[in-house]
Amino acid sequence: MSAYNFAYLDEQTKRMIRRSILKAVAIPGYQVPFGSREMPLSYGWGTGGVQVTAGVIGPDDVLKVIDQGADDTTNAVSIRRFFARMTGVKTTTRTEDATLIQTRHRIPETPLRAGQIVVFQVPIPEPLRWLEPREAETRKMHALEEYGVMHVRLYEDITQHGRVATAYDYPVRVNGRYIMRPSPIPKFDNPKLDRSPALLLFGAGREKRIYAVPPWTPVKSLDFEDHPFTIEKWDQPCGVCGSRDSFLDEVIVDDKGGRLLVCSDTDYCERRREDQR
Amino acid sequence: MYVAVKGGEQAIGNAHSLLAEARRGDPETPEISLAQIDGQLALAVDRVMCEGSLHDRELASLAIKQARGDLFEAIFLLRAYRTTLPRFGTTEPLDTASMTIRRRISATFKDVPGGQILGPTFDYTHRLLDFDLAESGGAPAAPVAEGAPQMDGPVASMPRVVDLLDREGLIQVEEPDPGTAPVDDLTREPLRFPASRALRLQNLARGDEGFLLSLGYSTQRGYGRNHPFAGEIRLGEVDVEMVPAELGFPIAIGAITVTECEMVNQFRGSATVPAQFTRGYGLAFGEAERKAMVMALVDRALRCRELGEEPGSPAQDEEFVLYHSDNVEASGFVQHLKLPHYVDFQSELVLVRTLRAQADAAPHE
Amino acid sequence: MIPRPLLSVRGLTKRYGQRVGCLDIGFDLWPGEVLGVVGESGSGKTTLLHCLSGRLEPNSGSVSFSQRDGSVVDLLQVPEAARRRLARTDWALVHQNPRDGLRMGVSAGGNVGERLMGVGARHYGQIRGQALDWLEQVEIPQDRVDDLPVEFSGGMQQRLQIARCLVTRPRLVFMDEPTGGLDASVQARLLDLLRSLVADLHLSAIVVTHDLAVARLLAHRLLVMKDGEVVESGLTDQVLDDPQHPYSQLLVSSVLQP
Repeated sequence: MSAYNFAYLDEQTKRMIRRSILKAVAIPGYQVPFGSREMPLSYGWGTGGVQVTAGVIGPDDVLKVIDQGADDTTNAVSIRRFFARMTGVKTTTRTEDATLIQTRHRIPETPLRAGQIVVFQVPIPEPLRWLEPREAETRKMHALEEYGVMHVRLYEDITQHGRVATAYDYPVRVNGRYIMRPSPIPKFDNPKLDRSPALLLFGAGREKRIYAVPPWTPVKSLDFEDHPFTIEKWDQPCGVCGSRDSFLDEVIVDDKGGRLLVCSDTDYCERRREDQR
Repeated sequence: MYVAVKGGEQAIGNAHSLLAEARRGDPETPEISLAQIDGQLALAVDRVMCEGSLHDRELASLAIKQARGDLFEAIFLLRAYRTTLPRFGTTEPLDTASMTIRRRISATFKDVPGGQILGPTFDYTHRLLDFDLAESGGAPAAPVAEGAPQMDGPVASMPRVVDLLDREGLIQVEEPDPGTAPVDDLTREPLRFPASRALRLQNLARGDEGFLLSLGYSTQRGYGRNHPFAGEIRLGEVDVEMVPAELGFPIAIGAITVTECEMVNQFRGSATVPAQFTRGYGLAFGEAERKAMVMALVDRALRCRELGEEPGSPAQDEEFVLYHSDNVEASGFVQHLKLPHYVDFQSELVLVRTLRAQADAAPHE
Repeated sequence: MIPRPLLSVRGLTKRYGQRVGCLDIGFDLWPGEVLGVVGESGSGKTTLLHCLSGRLEPNSGSVSFSQRDGSVVDLLQVPEAARRRLARTDWALVHQNPRDGLRMGVSAGGNVGERLMGVGARHYGQIRGQALDWLEQVEIPQDRVDDLPVEFSGGMQQRLQIARCLVTRPRLVFMDEPTGGLDASVQARLLDLLRSLVADLHLSAIVVTHDLAVARLLAHRLLVMKDGEVVESGLTDQVLDDPQHPYSQLLVSSVLQP
């Protein structure tokens, strides 16, 4: 497989990506524009995450790739195979064995540790996009901290529904300054962003933005004092491992519409079952 | 007992095999060759090179074959391949004035120095399906009219139509930038607004022909009227030149076919600027007239700011046009909806159920 | 501290090619003053307003604004970021068409509360409470707080816009034909409201209008504009009861007496 450079991208491109990452780490939550390249996967399917991973991965890394919390979903498999081919690094499904985790839509349940890097795949990086389609305008709003409108949206939700109606990709304030979209992770996962020991990197390939939350950075989900941020709860435990503190997926198990609640994080669920035996 | 479904890796492998089989089709039918695609589906190859941003007929033909004729897929393949290629340098600007012309027309004057040369065009064909083509056979000999002048050797002087208007001072002058700063490069840097004309033209050159066609069409139908005339369309071969660092002077590294279109548009003038024509420009690899024309229409529409016109129509909206013209980006994002979204959906389910429970529990007014 | 004008305009000129938008305009506006700018359409009064509020870039002149900390800035020289910041905190613009000054897809309460949230208000109940208070002040029934502005009448939309503008106590309010497009009885009610708000809140305002009745009711002083220039200025009553310039005389005499 020597037809391609280590991790597919040429060294100049990797340097460009790393410079963008360094800038992003220096300004937590700020979206750094970068010269995103066409990758062998479609835009929208994780090219931003793949470019960030390709920029930081080294031969001694151990890579885990998940989608919806599972290692075995087709897109996670596809991305893991891509990196296996392009780097030869070891891959794993175990969160605590991984040094580099690329993820779509979930943060692993197993607590992260210092030295780990999590790379998030981001479809739309701009939290103000719902209000303002123009990039030129949203950049000014970020620069001037014109964030009043973010709370207007929450206000409207509470007025209409009695509670905030955003269930995933819930906007957060990073280090008390920039407002950021954490990618479509369920709000259940937002608390894991706050003062995480790991380095969190966010890549949006099609929109050409990279942003970051360095380790131990305060990340606060937007809310009101009298309507504080809350996470999802289920009234049943995981039907397979019994966990009461993980995010549960609903699985339809028979023709009559019977349902089962199962941990979305397959590695977490499996390990709990192992520990129970 | 519920067991999570495994085997994603194997499923993908099987899907790839099925795809390869489908691509080959009936093994009794001869396999299509790259030479056939390049030679007989040349316009498809031209489009893939143009929107793939890479001039290589063989690679483009391979991409079309691998993509089973889906040009969006083929363009994607070529772009992804381009990412892996090192860049040796930048060529000199193409000198389309010294093009070896095979087709050249102008709608603005009945006759122009050098004449109107029709070349190979669909324009005056009657769109009647030719069932003779259904039989594979020898190539028909190109009919030659009795006593018609032969076109061989370099064609006599063909000055640009637009230059004729230029000499009279009737058309806006395109000043080349005297500066030495490197030209913006869309394949290296992300798009920033407001975008320079160079960036806009790059974006349009690799933009989806269908999207630009619709936008160009809209400007003719009143969404930002600017009264276009086809000043000149020329098709032919141009030399590609480059100055290698070791030599310090330009050398020709090859020749490519391009289609160039200069649109002449109306402008009424202001107190400080006398009435004159303005321009739109389009350039595409190969025989890609439609692409060059719509590119010129949209280029002109996007120049509204520089010309002091109020933007109001979609074709004049820089962010709208430039962000949505790339079919590789568009296709990826649209199709990403096929990816699993069940965790986000789960969150929504929980929320909707909670809201419903709240509403049911609340005392009725 | 030496008292100084809130706004000092000198030599403000805006041209459109050969045509003059406004020419060499100069005046001072003191805290608590309402200045009316009157003239027919095409007089340049709207151009002047847009130049002052930052929507248009004038060709020359200076606009000195006295900030809350006492320092003076030339609004035409400060970077855009600073101008936008001032536009959010120190002044407000009441548009002629309320739809231009409201978020039509956001509830009335949300519209009023936005500026509060923009300066850090984080208690839903309190924000809503202030929104309700303001609705009362501008005479909008409080049970409309959750309705969208599209459901309001034109007069009510205008009053909502005013509430939205005033909620953070700006020091300077620009008004562009605030009663334009409203029928007579609605206008009267709105003018009454504006007059009491300006007095109660000690606002400074610049009101552009073609309607002399509006000018008489709201403004302490007037500028009369014609063809981009100020032809007369003075106390409102003086200018309207004893106009000196022929054009002012024409303007005043052409107003139908009730």
